[in-house]
Amino acid sequence: MSAQPVLRTTAGELAQSVAAGIRRGGRLAALVASARDDGSHVLRAILATAGRLAVIESELPPGVEAYPAVTALVPGASWYEREIHDLFGLAPQGHGRLDPLVLPLADGAARPRPGARTAPGAVELAVSGLPGHVMGEGVFTIPYGPVRSGVFESVQYLVETVGEEILHLRTRVYHKHRGIERRFQELRADDAVLLAERVEGTASVAHALAFCQAVEALAEVTVPSRAALVRVAHAELERIVTHLDSVIRHTEGAGQAVANARLSVHKERLLRLRARLCGHRFGRGVVVTGGVSGPPLMAPSEAIGVTGTLERALCADLDALMSTPSFLDRLRGTGMLPVGVAEAHGAVGPVARGSGIDNDVRAERPYAAYRELGFVARIGSSQGDALERQRVRLDEIGASFELVRHALGALDGGDGQWRAEAVPGAGTVVTSVEAPQGELLYLVESDGTALVRVKPRTASFHNLSLLSEAFRGDIFTDFVFIEASFGVSIAGVSL
Amino acid sequence: MPWVLRGLRDGIVTTGYPRRVDGYGAGFRGAVRVLEPEPDPSLTSGLPELCPTGAILVESAEARAVRIDRGRCILCGRCVGARPDLFAFDPLVEVATSSRRALVVPEEPDEDDEVRRIRVQLARRVRALRRSVHIRHLDAGSDGAEEAEIAALTGPIYDLERLGMFFTATPRHADVLLVTGTGTAGMADELRRTFEAMPDPKVVIACGTDATSGGLVGPSYSAGGGIAGLVPVDVFVPGSPPSPFSLLHGLLLAVGLLPVAGRSRC
Repeated sequence: MSAQPVLRTTAGELAQSVAAGIRRGGRLAALVASARDDGSHVLRAILATAGRLAVIESELPPGVEAYPAVTALVPGASWYEREIHDLFGLAPQGHGRLDPLVLPLADGAARPRPGARTAPGAVELAVSGLPGHVMGEGVFTIPYGPVRSGVFESVQYLVETVGEEILHLRTRVYHKHRGIERRFQELRADDAVLLAERVEGTASVAHALAFCQAVEALAEVTVPSRAALVRVAHAELERIVTHLDSVIRHTEGAGQAVANARLSVHKERLLRLRARLCGHRFGRGVVVTGGVSGPPLMAPSEAIGVTGTLERALCADLDALMSTPSFLDRLRGTGMLPVGVAEAHGAVGPVARGSGIDNDVRAERPYAAYRELGFVARIGSSQGDALERQRVRLDEIGASFELVRHALGALDGGDGQWRAEAVPGAGTVVTSVEAPQGELLYLVESDGTALVRVKPRTASFHNLSLLSEAFRGDIFTDFVFIEASFGVSIAGVSL
Repeated sequence: MPWVLRGLRDGIVTTGYPRRVDGYGAGFRGAVRVLEPEPDPSLTSGLPELCPTGAILVESAEARAVRIDRGRCILCGRCVGARPDLFAFDPLVEVATSSRRALVVPEEPDEDDEVRRIRVQLARRVRALRRSVHIRHLDAGSDGAEEAEIAALTGPIYDLERLGMFFTATPRHADVLLVTGTGTAGMADELRRTFEAMPDPKVVIACGTDATSGGLVGPSYSAGGGIAGLVPVDVFVPGSPPSPFSLLHGLLLAVGLLPVAGRSRC
């Protein structure tokens, strides 16, 4: 793995360069800013093109805090530029709707500016000025959250409605902002993995993996092949559990009590299997810089047997669920995400695949041992409803079980190291993995002695801005399915 | 109809905890234990630096005691890997306490009395709740894993309702506030308002290392160093995230339903 090709351009031409890259078949995967101590900033647009990531980079010298908005030409950049405005105070000219997103601060307040050395003191949020009013006959807004009925992560949806039909949805995501990006800079690379595991708790392995791949690229080391297999096994177990959790939320919403109970039991058994394999129910501590922390704590052959038993029991219930009309009726035609919308935005993960778009990182830019294991991506039809997203997840659960068994099977009998020493050299890299929620990117910049900038770009952040697009003509009772079918982890949205 | 029969397929899967020993805890890294609380002073250099969250405390040269603050520990195992002579994983999952100080282990001798006193006070306060406890969960900036473990409590294996405990949608019906996360700037007001909306008597549980101390994440410019600065906390459940058994232990402790003494039952 090597650093990406970098195209340098002026901030004034960034928008055109990104638009040109997209016309040539690229997809805007992220727009990331970094601050420097002298008051300057670097803007990096990350484009995903066939088989690789490319970076378009431009600098804003000290004192320059405005540039022509990328959003004006590429609407998918909207949330990125709002995030950059919140964290750095940079103003994209011509953005159109620069409301606070991840951290609402008063004008002129000190900004976190990750990348720069000096951190601000405790911030005070300015939430009273956030837009929330709607106009029109009989139209009103229902604020749903951040404390919601049930066990949910904190997020607020402003549901604009005339009574039953949801006309529009606004999403407020700042409540959980923890200052993760700055925190990364304060940690050594091998401790920073622990923080990566806590960015999105339901994608701990994926985050650790993406971060460690970046460190390994900067250190120019190759991970031992056995370690790569262990990484795949844990990443796929994580995918199974997280996809299953999405299905469980659907059954809860649909009142399928028995299915809900049984799937919860399967999920618990899977978590226990993960704990037996590594000592942690969410796979934390497995992925370390340069490899994995050690061999599985359970004999691979035994783990394969347990996995098989679990899969048979789980799939029997999932098959029954997918032939239960009272369940399917709730999902069919619900939360339509037209392929055109998904494509224009560059949707990722099961949300994209449910609309017939394939950009599975495991197949497009294989990492760990996916190439050796012969991974082939599966996509859904272009149906684009909650049911199709559910089908995609169920397909992937089956494929993941197979990958777990293959990875564990290939482990048996092999020998060699579990971990290579990885000391990151100076440079900037972007790495990607397919987290359960979709494409996860890490931009890591090191000056050779310390990490100066770490930016995780989660699929949750990227996809959540599409959520409002999936509410065309849907009503309140559909809300739970549309939300669950997006499978977003709120912790990963505002870092 | 097929679902009715399917539902009977596995028989009873629910744990016997807390009335019976469950056994699952044995395979689980639930806590870190100090094997040698008073090692030779030459062995203690560099110990605090081992821990990324500062959970290893080495007292003054005279006392030279080594202790672990479970309220800061995220169970990463750095110390166990580097110094197996001093630290070990413990399959203990009954890690909840009613005093922040008691999370620092091994406990100091005078702490026992204090912990007992706090627990008696708490038990007196919650006496009316015991047979019907309603829980309001609130996320004050977690990483999302705590929510997954809390959600597991309502499943058939842990089945909270058999203990007379129920999740409720509104703080006005709630007796217990189960809080996850570091206490972020964006949730501070919501946390206080939720607490104030609850009727007395009420109990607050800090769920997880983040909620107890900020863990690896807080304090920062927007994350708190635990929720105790925002609302009064009665029970701390460390863990990153705490396992469902640890959560059950914390809930039972919070409402005075825990068998008084005895060995671990998980």
